[in-house]
Amino acid sequence: MTTSVPPPIVPAQARRKPHRRLSIAGTAGAAVVGFWVLMAALGPWLAPDDVGSMNGDAVFAPISAQYPLGADFLGRDMLSRILQGAPYTVGVALAAVLVASIGGTALALFAAARGGWFDSVVSRIVDIQLSIPTKLLALIMVAAFGSSVPVLVLTIGIGYLPGAFRIARSLAVNVQAMEYVQAARARGEGLAYITFHEMLPNMLRPVLADFGLRFLFIVLLLSGLSFLGLGVQPPDADWGSLVRENIIGLSEGSPAVIVPAIAIATLTIGVNMAIDGFAGRKRRGA
Amino acid sequence: MNELVKVSGLRVTARNDLDELVTIVHDATFSVNQGEVLALIGESGSGKSTIALALMGYARAGCRLAGGTVDVAGHQMLALGERQLAALRGRTVAYIAQSAAASFNPSRRIMDQVVESALIHGLMPRAAAEAKAVNLFRELALPDPAHIGQRYPHQVSGGQLQRLMAAMALITDPDLVILDEPTTALDVTTQIDVLRAFKKVVQERGSTAVYVSHDLAVVAQMADRIVVLRHGEIQENGATAQILSAPAHPYTRSLLAAIAPAARPAGVQVKAPQTRPLLEVRGLAARYGAGKGGAPVKRVLEDIDLVIPRGATIGVIGESGSGKTTLARTLAGIVAPSQGQILLDGEALAPTLEGRTREQCRRIQFVFQNADTALNPRHSIERILGRPLEFYHGMKGDVRRRRVLQLLDLVKLPAAVAERLPGELSGGQKQRINLARALAAQPDLILCDEVTSALDTVVGAAILELMAELRRELNVSYMFISHDINTVRSICDEIVVLYAGRKVEARRREALAAPPFHPYSHLLISSVPVLRRGWLEGVEVRTPATLPPLASAGPAPDTCPFLDRCALRVDGVCNRLPPPRRELDNGGSILCHHGAATLRELQTPLGVIEGEVA
Repeated sequence: MTTSVPPPIVPAQARRKPHRRLSIAGTAGAAVVGFWVLMAALGPWLAPDDVGSMNGDAVFAPISAQYPLGADFLGRDMLSRILQGAPYTVGVALAAVLVASIGGTALALFAAARGGWFDSVVSRIVDIQLSIPTKLLALIMVAAFGSSVPVLVLTIGIGYLPGAFRIARSLAVNVQAMEYVQAARARGEGLAYITFHEMLPNMLRPVLADFGLRFLFIVLLLSGLSFLGLGVQPPDADWGSLVRENIIGLSEGSPAVIVPAIAIATLTIGVNMAIDGFAGRKRRGA
Repeated sequence: MNELVKVSGLRVTARNDLDELVTIVHDATFSVNQGEVLALIGESGSGKSTIALALMGYARAGCRLAGGTVDVAGHQMLALGERQLAALRGRTVAYIAQSAAASFNPSRRIMDQVVESALIHGLMPRAAAEAKAVNLFRELALPDPAHIGQRYPHQVSGGQLQRLMAAMALITDPDLVILDEPTTALDVTTQIDVLRAFKKVVQERGSTAVYVSHDLAVVAQMADRIVVLRHGEIQENGATAQILSAPAHPYTRSLLAAIAPAARPAGVQVKAPQTRPLLEVRGLAARYGAGKGGAPVKRVLEDIDLVIPRGATIGVIGESGSGKTTLARTLAGIVAPSQGQILLDGEALAPTLEGRTREQCRRIQFVFQNADTALNPRHSIERILGRPLEFYHGMKGDVRRRRVLQLLDLVKLPAAVAERLPGELSGGQKQRINLARALAAQPDLILCDEVTSALDTVVGAAILELMAELRRELNVSYMFISHDINTVRSICDEIVVLYAGRKVEARRREALAAPPFHPYSHLLISSVPVLRRGWLEGVEVRTPATLPPLASAGPAPDTCPFLDRCALRVDGVCNRLPPPRRELDNGGSILCHHGAATLRELQTPLGVIEGEVA
């Protein structure tokens, strides 16, 4: 062993230039989300056809100049159907996820900061609610109150709130133990300053990641409800209903099934990419 | 004198945050002779641990052994593959890590882990390995050597665990032992036992060792030769005696100078004693745990009286778990005391923060131990310093901005720092910001919790210098908590010694060096390593067997907390009666049955008490 050759001295690699970690995925995701939000706002006006304009000859028509994305089972223009469905899918899901995440995080911060019996009571109520499947809760609510946009938003929002609460509360309890939070308490700061200025910024990354995931689940639940015929009611349709309506076109290879599915996929993936890019952005050396 | 370890031209590279390739060890060349103990010394980031790990052919994640040769007992460590290295590690080269607590598997018995490397390398049958381990336990002066191996890691103390880890490393009779800051995380009174055990084992076995440390005084006891490192470069390499007495390199001289910080005379002598003290604590007690239904309650603080005059600095020392931090937290209102009163300018403070006014909060500021976690990582420095200005003094806009820059100037940081986030500053800079935030409130009293403990000696000395200067300028009072008596001695007017939540002694700084001491203070002071070779051998050895015997009757309530470790205990008195608090003529007080005259007689001269080396 003593005769073994010493390793050659490896020349230093060429110094790589420090590059800014500009997240391409995040920018792309934000662009996709921006596009769909714009479509949710403007889609109904941009749509070339009315909700009800049918053409018996064009049932499951393939992609053509007249029907850029094909036609559905009643011969309606798929592009128009998607554009008119955008406000439901994007709007309802976004509203619901905002209710769930903001409500859950706010409740969690308050529960963690107050502690004691308030924390225990809220946590146990949330645990009970967690044991009820969201889909079942949504079915019961729709059965009881009928299907309308406000009912859907509130039902889904409340249904997904416990999960957001649980995650945010565990984060809040950890952040609360940090010395900078204690330093703020020792300074005599109020509850609001501590929660919103000291704690929330340090919880934001995981909370936003959870927001993206939750948005995805809600789009899927909404689509599932519409698929069962309990979501948005005809002749209006969200993207989930579009998939359901046209499911028989699958055997004919019609684009009418795949196009709304692609719309759902781009939206959910876009939201998650945007959030990862946003939450993962770091300042130099941080 | 054959060389066991030969390192030449070692270069280690790593990638930094900006993804640039930086060299963290530059052309390190040194050798270790058979049977020699070599110390690598330097501050954090000097590359000492990196070099020590390179001796095992190992580089931490992100680092790369980029060049040079490392020859250990005839093996070219940098040329070997993973499999060949695995055959050498634990057998030819053994490693003792800084944190034994993190190095033991909590779910397995100690013995299984100690003999593991001997079994992996197939050196001896299990029974022989266990017999050898018991022998090592005995040599390392562990209690109950025959059975300690049957325990789990959480069932032994930190100092014992560190020695058990040494047994784990020595079981294979390695050619080279690497000790990486093995006593840094221990209290001084524990450190001395561990050092003594290490030294004895190393001497008796004639082991070759590389000892990594930042503490020159510790190294002076252990090493034959010292290599001084800075920024990954070897500054000086010489025999221990030469480094200590005639350092050639200026950096070595600055290290030596930082070890014993010069005493800073009190800026403001306490004026007439009849003026009302700034803060007064009467009969303070704190307990953790629910006290309902006779459930056991952890008493953290018991019967604490304290007076902090305006402009004075009070030092609080004690080992970990003695209640120092809890004391500061009760004063700041973060923890509610279970009994007692805190008076600020003669006015009683509410036990919790909810009951205190903003003005009361402003006057008592808390500086947390760890600046890494005490500064919000998402807030810029300007925001961190600006908040108390706005909150307490209503400063806004330009006024606030100007004051932030003034504060930065006060703690000797450049104005450009204001834009940065805490993560972009060094440890010493963060600690300055931490201090500046407390100063922003213009407080009367600053509670400093181990503010220099996490910092390098040189940086810590600079922070102390700054604090002393600010005290002269701003006339604030400090309560300075530390486990390091040298730190406390250099800055404080009065020193309070806590042991197990009791105030066992209070004394003026002027009287610090002279007896009488409380027996615990005496142990504490004589356990601090002195920068002198042979100090370790000169310190009196205390084991339970050498202490005066006690009748086996269970201790009565409220007896002296130090009873179990006291060398001066008296059977029939100390274990039956609560100790009285004696006022001393030097202005201090001691919680002990012995009178000042007796203690003075027993404790002269300090430190150099002749004793046998176990």
